[in-house]
Amino acid sequence: MKKEEVPQDEGNLSKNNVRELLYATDEQGNYTTALSKGWEPKSIALANAMDDISDRMEAAKAEIRAGNASPILYFMEAAKMDIGILASYVGIWKWRVKRHFKPSIFAKLSDNTLQKYADAFDIGIDQLKNFKAE
Amino acid sequence: MEVGFTHHQAAHCENGVASNLLKHNGFEISEPMIFGIGSGLFFVYIPFLKVNHAPAISYRPMPGTIFNKAAKRLGFKVKRIKFSNPKSAQQALDENLKNNIPTGLQVGVYGLTYFPDEYRFHFNAHNCVVYGKTETDYLVSDPVMESVTTLTHKDLEKVRFAKGAFAPKGQMYFPTSIPKQSDLPKAIIKGIKETCRDMLAPVPFVGVKGIRTVAKLVRKWPAKYGVKVANHYLAQIVRMQEEIGTGGGGFRYIFAAFLQESSAILNKPELKELSHEMTQIGDRWRDFAVEASRVYKNRSSKSDVYNLLADEMVKIADLEEAFFKKLKKAIA
Repeated sequence: MKKEEVPQDEGNLSKNNVRELLYATDEQGNYTTALSKGWEPKSIALANAMDDISDRMEAAKAEIRAGNASPILYFMEAAKMDIGILASYVGIWKWRVKRHFKPSIFAKLSDNTLQKYADAFDIGIDQLKNFKAE
Repeated sequence: MEVGFTHHQAAHCENGVASNLLKHNGFEISEPMIFGIGSGLFFVYIPFLKVNHAPAISYRPMPGTIFNKAAKRLGFKVKRIKFSNPKSAQQALDENLKNNIPTGLQVGVYGLTYFPDEYRFHFNAHNCVVYGKTETDYLVSDPVMESVTTLTHKDLEKVRFAKGAFAPKGQMYFPTSIPKQSDLPKAIIKGIKETCRDMLAPVPFVGVKGIRTVAKLVRKWPAKYGVKVANHYLAQIVRMQEEIGTGGGGFRYIFAAFLQESSAILNKPELKELSHEMTQIGDRWRDFAVEASRVYKNRSSKSDVYNLLADEMVKIADLEEAFFKKLKKAIA
C-alpha cells in the first residue's frame, strides 16, 4: 500500500479521534509509517459485529418475554459474552450457567450467586432481579 | 510516581510494547524488526473453536510468542510473572514502578475504557505498558494509541484479571538483561526461517494450507448456515485480518517493512525485491477485504459471491506459497 493510498475514511474511529499507525511505502517504494483515520471495509465489519450483538440482545428479550429465558441471557449478550466467557467470570461450571438461563431456576438462585452474575455484568443485583424485557 | 518513558505509537500491540520497552532500555530496535525476528507472520485456523460465535482464524501466533522469540534470538532476558490474586499483582506492579521499571502487561480488551466501543470485545491478548501511578489512576502507554492514556486502579485490575480464553492472570513482564550488542543478522535469519517453515507447514490448519482450508469452508458457508451466519463469519475473517494496525493486509505490510530493513542489514538486495512482492500480496489481502465487505454490507445472497471470494483466497495462498519458497532460498 502506498502512503497516499492510506485510507482516511470517516467512521467509528474518527468519531472517537482515534488514528491507527500503518506501514506503507513512499514514492521510492521504501517503507514508512502513516496514520489512518479509518477504513470503510473495517468499519463495516465492526458495525456488523455490533449489529450482531444488538440482534442477540433483542432475541434474548423476546425469549425472556416468552418465559423461556432468565435475565442472565440478556445481560450476557449485552456484555458481548458467550457461555464459556460468562462461566469463567462467575466461576461456575458451564452446564450450571446454562441451567440458570431457565426462569424457574433463576427464581431460586441465592443472592450470593446473583451477586456473582451482577459483578460479571458490572450492574447492581437489583437490575438483574427486576429486569423487564420491554 | 512516574517513570520517564517515551511512548512511540506502533501498528500492533505486542511488537509495540516489546520495541518500546527495549528502546527504554537503550536498545534501539524498530517494530517491524521485532515482528520479523519474533516470527510474527502466521496464519492459523482453529477448528471447533468459536470466537464471537464465528470460526477462529488468526493471522498471528499465540500471544506472547513474538516477544519471547525475539528475546531469545536477540539475547535479552524477559521476566514474566503471573498472579493468582489481584492484590499481589498490584503490589508487584507498584514495586516495579517504585524501582523505575516501566512494565509490560497482558490485558483484556473488553475493559479498556479508552478504546471505542467497537473495539471492546473479549479478547485477552492485548499488551500495554504501565509507567506510573497517581492517587486515582495508572499511567498507561498503549502502543496502538497515538499518545499516552490512563486507567483507574479498579479498571486496571479488571483488565489484568479479565477471564476467558488466554486469561492474562495479571501477567506482567519486563526485560531484565539487555545485551550491549547482539547478532542481528543471525536473529533475522532465524526469524525468517521459522516464518517460512510455519507458512509452508504440511498441516491443513496452518500457513498456506490453512488459507486453502478456510477457502474451502467459505464456499460451503451460505448453503450450510444460511446467508446471515455466512456474512457474520465472513466479517469475522476481515476483522481478524484487520486487527488494529495491520492496514488491511493481515500483518503483511509489517513483514514487508521488516524484509526491507533486513535487506540492508544482511546486504541482500533480493530481500528488497521480496519486500515489494510481499507488499503486493498485502494489497491482494486488502482487495479481498474490500470485496468481502461488499458482500456482508449488501447482504448479497448469491452463493457464487462466496465462491469468488474463496477463489481469491486460493490465489493469495498460491502467491504466498511461491513467495515463502523464494524467501527460504534467499536466506539459505
